[in-house]
Amino acid sequence: MSEQGIGARVKRKEDKRFTTGKGKYTDDVRHENQAYAAFVRSPYAHANVNGIDASEAEAMDGVIAVLNGAQLTGDEIGNIICGWAVNSKDGSPMNMGAWSALATSKVRYLGDAVAVVIAETQALARQAAEAVLVDYEVLPAVVSAVKALKSDAPQLHDNAPGNLIFDWEIGEEAATDAALAGAAHITEMKIVNNRLAPNPMEPRSAVATYDEAEEHYTLYTTSQNPHVARLILSAFYNVAPEHKLRVIAPDVGGGFGAKIYVYPEEIVCLWASMKTNRSVKWTSDRSEAFVTDAHGRDHVSTARMGFDENNKIVGFKVDTVANLGAYMSLFSSAVPTYLYATLLSGQYNIANIHCNVRTVYTNTVPVDAYRGAGRPEACYLVERMMETAARELGVDPSELRRGNFIGEFPHQTPVIMAYDAGDFAGNLDQSKEAADVAGFAARKAASVANGKLRGLGYSCYIEACGIAPSAAVGSLGAGVGLWESAEVRVNPVGTIEVLTGSHSHGQGHETTFAQVVADRFDLPIENIQIVHGDTDKVQFGMGTYGSRSAAVGLSAIVKAMDKVEAKVKKIAAHILEASEEDIVIEGGQVKVAGTDKAMGWHEVGLTAYMAHNLPEGMEPGLKEGAFYDPVNFTFPAGTYICEVEVDPETGVTTIERFTAVDDFGTIINPMIVEGQVHGGLAQGIGQAMLEGVVYDDDGQLLTGSYMDYTMPRADDLPFYKVLHNSTVCPNNPLGIKGCGEAGAIGAPPAVINAITDAIGNNDLAMPATPQNVWAAIQASGKSIAVQ
Amino acid sequence: MYSTTYHKPASIEDAIAALNGGEDTKILAGGQTLIATMKQHLAAPSDLVDIRAIGGMSGISAAGGALTIGAATTHAEVASSAEVKSLCSALCDLAGGIGDPAVRHQGTIGGSLANNDPAADYPAAILALGATIKTNTREIAALDFFDGLFTTALEENEIIVSISIPVPQKAAYAKFPQPASRFALVGVFVAQTDDGVRVAVTGAGEDGVYRHQGLEEALGSNWSASAAAGVPISPDGLMSDLHGTAAYRANLIGVMAKRAVAAT
Amino acid sequence: MTSIKMTVNGKSVEKEVADQTLLSEFLRENLRLTGTHVGCDTSQCGACTVHVNGKSVKSCTTLAVSLDGAEVTTIEGVANGELHPMQVAFNDNHGLQCGFCTPGMIMSGIDMVNRYKASGQELTSDAIRHELEGNICRCTGYHNIVKSIQDAAAKM
Repeated sequence: MSEQGIGARVKRKEDKRFTTGKGKYTDDVRHENQAYAAFVRSPYAHANVNGIDASEAEAMDGVIAVLNGAQLTGDEIGNIICGWAVNSKDGSPMNMGAWSALATSKVRYLGDAVAVVIAETQALARQAAEAVLVDYEVLPAVVSAVKALKSDAPQLHDNAPGNLIFDWEIGEEAATDAALAGAAHITEMKIVNNRLAPNPMEPRSAVATYDEAEEHYTLYTTSQNPHVARLILSAFYNVAPEHKLRVIAPDVGGGFGAKIYVYPEEIVCLWASMKTNRSVKWTSDRSEAFVTDAHGRDHVSTARMGFDENNKIVGFKVDTVANLGAYMSLFSSAVPTYLYATLLSGQYNIANIHCNVRTVYTNTVPVDAYRGAGRPEACYLVERMMETAARELGVDPSELRRGNFIGEFPHQTPVIMAYDAGDFAGNLDQSKEAADVAGFAARKAASVANGKLRGLGYSCYIEACGIAPSAAVGSLGAGVGLWESAEVRVNPVGTIEVLTGSHSHGQGHETTFAQVVADRFDLPIENIQIVHGDTDKVQFGMGTYGSRSAAVGLSAIVKAMDKVEAKVKKIAAHILEASEEDIVIEGGQVKVAGTDKAMGWHEVGLTAYMAHNLPEGMEPGLKEGAFYDPVNFTFPAGTYICEVEVDPETGVTTIERFTAVDDFGTIINPMIVEGQVHGGLAQGIGQAMLEGVVYDDDGQLLTGSYMDYTMPRADDLPFYKVLHNSTVCPNNPLGIKGCGEAGAIGAPPAVINAITDAIGNNDLAMPATPQNVWAAIQASGKSIAVQ
Repeated sequence: MYSTTYHKPASIEDAIAALNGGEDTKILAGGQTLIATMKQHLAAPSDLVDIRAIGGMSGISAAGGALTIGAATTHAEVASSAEVKSLCSALCDLAGGIGDPAVRHQGTIGGSLANNDPAADYPAAILALGATIKTNTREIAALDFFDGLFTTALEENEIIVSISIPVPQKAAYAKFPQPASRFALVGVFVAQTDDGVRVAVTGAGEDGVYRHQGLEEALGSNWSASAAAGVPISPDGLMSDLHGTAAYRANLIGVMAKRAVAAT
Repeated sequence: MTSIKMTVNGKSVEKEVADQTLLSEFLRENLRLTGTHVGCDTSQCGACTVHVNGKSVKSCTTLAVSLDGAEVTTIEGVANGELHPMQVAFNDNHGLQCGFCTPGMIMSGIDMVNRYKASGQELTSDAIRHELEGNICRCTGYHNIVKSIQDAAAKM
């Protein structure tokens, strides 16, 4: 392994601009004569809009325009769509309710925008927005998906009777019922997966500029996938044709899913820039983010898992109600279906699985993918069930898991996924060793002697990443293909630019992608530049989400490098008068193997561009592009072990040890991969112990700022022990599985399993705040036992 | 934020003049709450009168068995004061636990007291220690100062100048932070003073900071953690919210009181 | 509007500002020093942390006009010819991912190391975590931020 190639802990190339304050984020962009947008948002969760009086706002000095939904639809700006069609089990299509970027006759969640003010300053725009008088006729609201399904619940969309979006199933119900009927033991649980707010630290922002002479738009935006944004803005929202719209996602301060979607604000800023002939900028503040950024999770499930007399799982049946909020966001339908129920086999050999999912409208912010997206919900369900079953069966929870592990690959589950590689028992062994499970009893005794409770919990997670084979997702309803593209440009001086459709918003692609190129062509990493995030520079791309950048995006780069290498060898063979097969690339040179004949890498570049002496018929230049469409999902998996100590007097829980063993396949940069795990774990622990979006019954948001929504802080979290047990993914050229979401997927059940182990009460919901843990201890009578 | 006019008087007289000169004036002492409130458009004062440049408004001194802390003294200054440490280290601990380091560099004791947030820390100390709040016109005993949520005995445009704190025999503060805001979900300040034992509770009461009679009686006769632990704490009159039911807060009052006493 | 004069990153600046202008707005909009970020509106995330007269403050909760005559240091002014040890340590220890909270983390990191050194206290990892109460990061899980500050503290 070289110091800069695959497997090296190369320090990040991009850090200097961030550590010196020179990063360029969307809100840092300011054009000449910049105008600012502020949205008029509904203070009610559900209301008819009977009128909008903007006269006072329009009369304010410095207000350029006040625009509303009627004008927007009048200009034929399209409704916001969900891009993944999921049918109900009876074959009927999903009931997608109309979602206008500015609501016209009805608002359906607190924060739903009804108008926008464009003004000379941000402060003025905000003040004017407060002066817009909206005549709301308040309607009853419903925020719980389970309640929204009841017959007397308020109805959100006319075309979704009973607020039901679709009623979907996967797996064989009759066979699963039969298997459960014959089970020796059944574990049954009701499991809630709490609603979360993604909270990337950079609030969303958009700067839209219309060039009247060219009839051309430029949009700077906080996006994880600028090309997809352009496609949707053009093809579905009718803002501008693609060749007249440039989307730039510059430095983006975290995404976690929340910046995948095209939001109303981006549409409105583009449209408003045309209407006012001004560059229009909008930047969310944190309070606005809580009521506009898509939320995550929010499932209520009942689950039954059956075991035979040898403690082998015979069947698993799940019924889930998923809250999608007031409108269907871009990938909302896929998250609680194909990204969720297809992972319900976990790491286990389960012959019979059935899952029914009902997705529901409520008067809440739309819900969509948040780090893990469906897979955390599946993992939490499976791993809570396994731990609970072990307790009920009186067996070691790690051994119950081991006895049901899939050991041979490939393995076809009954819920679509075909696992390609893994070492589940190896992950478990390595993690138990690293976590010193053997010493737990002594540590527990010490805690008890100190008046504290101590517990240990496992999570053996699996996820599907590298999303995804285009034909496969197409057959499941996806509105796009999920390949990735790349272009490798070797300049005449031999330096290289790699243009990728993946987008980096913290993942460190500028370093890891360069490492792969440096490794392949044996060049200094400084000579390689990764270019991303601009539709005018990169031809196309599907963006970054679902831990796909390395598995799919890098694979496209590898394919493009294959073509570059072939051409380099042809040129060198021609110049050096040798056979292509004998050409090797190493040490900055292109050589004839076994001879002293060589030319510099840069000379090959120069030769290609000078074009004075190229092989017969060869085009000049040295630039190749490639599209890579994966042949399967990838399946990162691992074992997490969490050890907690609980103060029974207050319910305060501290994580004493957190051990992660992950199988991510090939690792390009262990330092960056470990960083991804750390961050994922923090979000997973946050879900388990701290975070939760809470609405009151009227749809008012109780957790609308950092005063009430608990973001994980440094003193809430431990140092993590992060280890790897890699098996190579057989289905992509580098053997990569993906690492971005594992921590957020695997951590929550490990934490809750540990806390419930400590307190001796399995009835504990996330987030396990001190108050909730204390209440569960009270209910279990454990507080008395300790005193 | 809405527009406002900023004043930075160098004397109390000028400050009073500025306060009387505006339509809706507010005193700016550290701004860590006020500016945040203005940003949310929840306050829109026509004028802000910054009292931090007034001579003698900040600083810490000790004399005659009492600590005197200027109103514009920051939390960081109190937390790191050697004088406070030697005479009433509980106050250092309390000040060092308000907000975060950057907030402590700006927030002031006078601002905290005048705002009387029901989850603020200082009111518990001031009440338990039997401090006196000195304003530009008079002296107000702590017992008479706090008057319900965000309300005090201060008249309009009355300026806190300093706080005089009798040095206690023993004192400690135990805070249980609300997980998100890190304000006190429950904070209990226990003090053994020349006037007897006082126990003040912040974060929990529906009417803001208050003294807990049961704990005072128990600790008055037996200053021990076990005496504190034996006091039944009623949830009546305690706040209930997302982060703590009244029952949970009642439990925390007992636990924090016990731990505070144990720390003395 | 009020005319204010202050020293920002060693340079004297004089500007007319509206009295309600926050220091964060003054830095970002008036001086175009966009390294100081705003990540929340309740003074909790700390992305806006700068130094005023050598101490960390939240620039989003400070009026620019109140700092007439002050010395302000932002992330852009930390490096003095070469990178500050704290900046180097964040790179060495992978203490940042998206970079948005990083300026505030570095400013808070420098402030805490300075304070602990001045008072002779040991800056343990637990102390660093406690000191970071006012700085929120969503990417790193703090593991490498704590390590970065520890590393820098040894070199400052």
